Amino acid sequence: MSDTTTEDSTQNGPVLAADGTPLRRSLARALRRQKLRALMLIAPLLIFIMVTFILPVADMLYRSVENGIVSETLPRTVVALADWDASGDTPPDEAVFAALAADMQIAAEEKTHTKLGSRLNYENPGMSSLFRKSGRQVRRWDLETDAPFMEKFLDIDEDWSDIDVWRTIQTYSPSTTSGYYLAAVDMQLGADGPEMRPENERIYLKLFGRTLMMSLAITLSCIALGYPVAWLLANLPMRTSNLLMILVLLPFWTSLLVRTSAWKILLQQQGVINDILVWIGLVSDDARLVMINNQLGTIIAMTHILLPFMILPMYSVMQSINPSYLRAAKSLGATDWTAFWRVYFPQTVPGIGAGSILVFILAIGYYITPALVGGTTGTFISNRIAFHISTSLNWGLAAALGGILLAVVLVFYWAYDKFVGIDNVKLG
Amino acid sequence: MKLTTLAAALSATALTLPAFAADMTIVSWGGAYQSSQQKAYTEPYAEMNPDFNAIWDESSGEAVAKLRAMDEAGNVTWDLVDVEGPDAVRLCDEGLALEVDVDEILAPGDDGSAPSDDFGPSLISECFIPQIVFSTTFGYRTDVEAWGDSKPEDLCAVFDLETFPGKRALQKSPKKNLEWALLCDGVEQDALYDVLDEDGGVERALAKLDTIKDEVVWWSAGAETPQLLADGEVVIGSTYNGRLFSVIEEQDQPVAMLWDYQVFDFDGWVIPANLPAEREAAVMEFVKYATDTQRLADQAKYISYGPARASSQPLVGQHAELGIEMAPHMPTNPENAQRFLVNNLDWWADNQDDAEAKFQAWLAQ
Repeated sequence: MSDTTTEDSTQNGPVLAADGTPLRRSLARALRRQKLRALMLIAPLLIFIMVTFILPVADMLYRSVENGIVSETLPRTVVALADWDASGDTPPDEAVFAALAADMQIAAEEKTHTKLGSRLNYENPGMSSLFRKSGRQVRRWDLETDAPFMEKFLDIDEDWSDIDVWRTIQTYSPSTTSGYYLAAVDMQLGADGPEMRPENERIYLKLFGRTLMMSLAITLSCIALGYPVAWLLANLPMRTSNLLMILVLLPFWTSLLVRTSAWKILLQQQGVINDILVWIGLVSDDARLVMINNQLGTIIAMTHILLPFMILPMYSVMQSINPSYLRAAKSLGATDWTAFWRVYFPQTVPGIGAGSILVFILAIGYYITPALVGGTTGTFISNRIAFHISTSLNWGLAAALGGILLAVVLVFYWAYDKFVGIDNVKLG
Repeated sequence: MKLTTLAAALSATALTLPAFAADMTIVSWGGAYQSSQQKAYTEPYAEMNPDFNAIWDESSGEAVAKLRAMDEAGNVTWDLVDVEGPDAVRLCDEGLALEVDVDEILAPGDDGSAPSDDFGPSLISECFIPQIVFSTTFGYRTDVEAWGDSKPEDLCAVFDLETFPGKRALQKSPKKNLEWALLCDGVEQDALYDVLDEDGGVERALAKLDTIKDEVVWWSAGAETPQLLADGEVVIGSTYNGRLFSVIEEQDQPVAMLWDYQVFDFDGWVIPANLPAEREAAVMEFVKYATDTQRLADQAKYISYGPARASSQPLVGQHAELGIEMAPHMPTNPENAQRFLVNNLDWWADNQDDAEAKFQAWLAQ
């Protein structure tokens, strides 16, 4: 003990490694090198995921708040309009119109005025044609001699004296906006801050709710249908279970559109199932069942399509359960039900958890099947997102809807982790 | 093994090297429509220009979104895009399509008329080079027992559940449906868009549609109505006239056309903005050929859509395979076009989002 103290005091410094550097630094360097090497190993995958997944998602999410177009296209107008009182009922003065004329002329030359018109038209119907029409005229004006511009703009279209037009331009002047997120929850930026949209234009909250409820229903029916199948797969002799496995996988390999169309042919009113029911006399010919183009059709078709995602994780978990546990339970006097419920079922929960997460997350983002068999009551929020991406070109709103959907999934994931535990999920 | 390596190497070169100057990427809708364009436009053009090579991309359905994405990425790989009129207007507004002067770049009609006169009302946007006129109209089954002896003769039969009971197929979109509903609610054709512009105009049209809502199957792909009609799933339904032509003439189903108040639409080319000069020149040359009087008339041999040029109408002949006279099947045929609508694209550009929101909210009720 005293020896060590003397040695330490004689060295009078930190412990050294063989090459004379302090041991701590040497260790840190070795660890750093190790970490770096590990990082290099996963670098290709990391870079791939960053470039093809994280960055595009981040870029898309940024679009849901990005709104630079107004101040970029109409820089002078935005400045001139800053002092205008939007709560009054007089349109802005000549200075603002002169600024607008100058901005518009440049915009029309670069053909960006129609782009801005389409953007503002999301907020105030009519702006699109107002900008298209005005741009055409303003291009021919002479900024030096043609003043005053207020009258000239009013000659093109009286809407330029409409307070709402100017209010929209002023409201959306900042380079970021909450407008898209508000629209995504059926609200809008009114004169006195956010307010609900009129009753007959509210749609998104309803669709979010419906998407969640139906995804849950699909997940539950997948569990109900998949559990017995997975049990059979895990417990039948190899030859039979292989055949069953092929039956599970075969639809999995068939095109989604083919499966969806097949359900249409089966379920429609003049379809196979109704024909059979009428033929055996269960249903009368004029009261054929409506099983498609509604929620029922969507749930049936999507349950079928997503079923393999439930069966496969359940199957691999069930396969790893030792059958002697069940035998032991029974030999200790448990009834069939008790042996199943107290001994077998708890061991399969990780498989159900994994399958449910897979099915639920896939279901919440589905749009082809709901679009084809959903009719009016079975469509999902993703159908609206697809519409705004490819038809209305309102990518900001699509990004906001997608952002909310992403947040909902994360909240569900967090809740699942909290109540069930994410460690409790096994794919095999 | 060697073969796959070679194939991989070749495809890698194809990805990295710019396409050969004579390659032209043409975007269309696929199916019968695209093959009519191939037979009428690109095949004869390739015979005249041996090094011309058309590469087809069946993306017209998502053309607007894809073109915008390409433009933002700064790498437009398309040379010529076939779109519907409203999409052309939107692409033009977004600055994604090239503005063209038809009198300057297109061939005059065979009768010597200037292109701007020859194409007439189909020139709906500065960026749009029209090809065909198609229409959205109704087909009905001819063997419905519940109808007795009556046959649908005008548009309002669609809204008449008493005389013509049964399911209807309508497009899951406010466009056209709102106009049709108002017409059958007693609005004059000239006043349609004034009424829609009023407060409560869209609501009035939706209230009329509400009277048949329970009997409607909503479609989103043009192929759905022909299938629904053929299966007897609906008794009357709207779709594109070319689809009904093939159900009636090619597949011989008990279906008939109801042309009353068909809605005309135009389909045509747009050239992406900011193409390199060399590619743009090649496209211009091709477009000049593909939209001349004879070529537009030729296309009608393969599909029942009307040519957009007035001077092409007299040249429309017989179907290339069925051998039937095509003129009576053209939406533009005077017999069929006694009453028709043309969507007011300006109104729709302004009010599409608003009407769509109301329509979707109404559907979800």
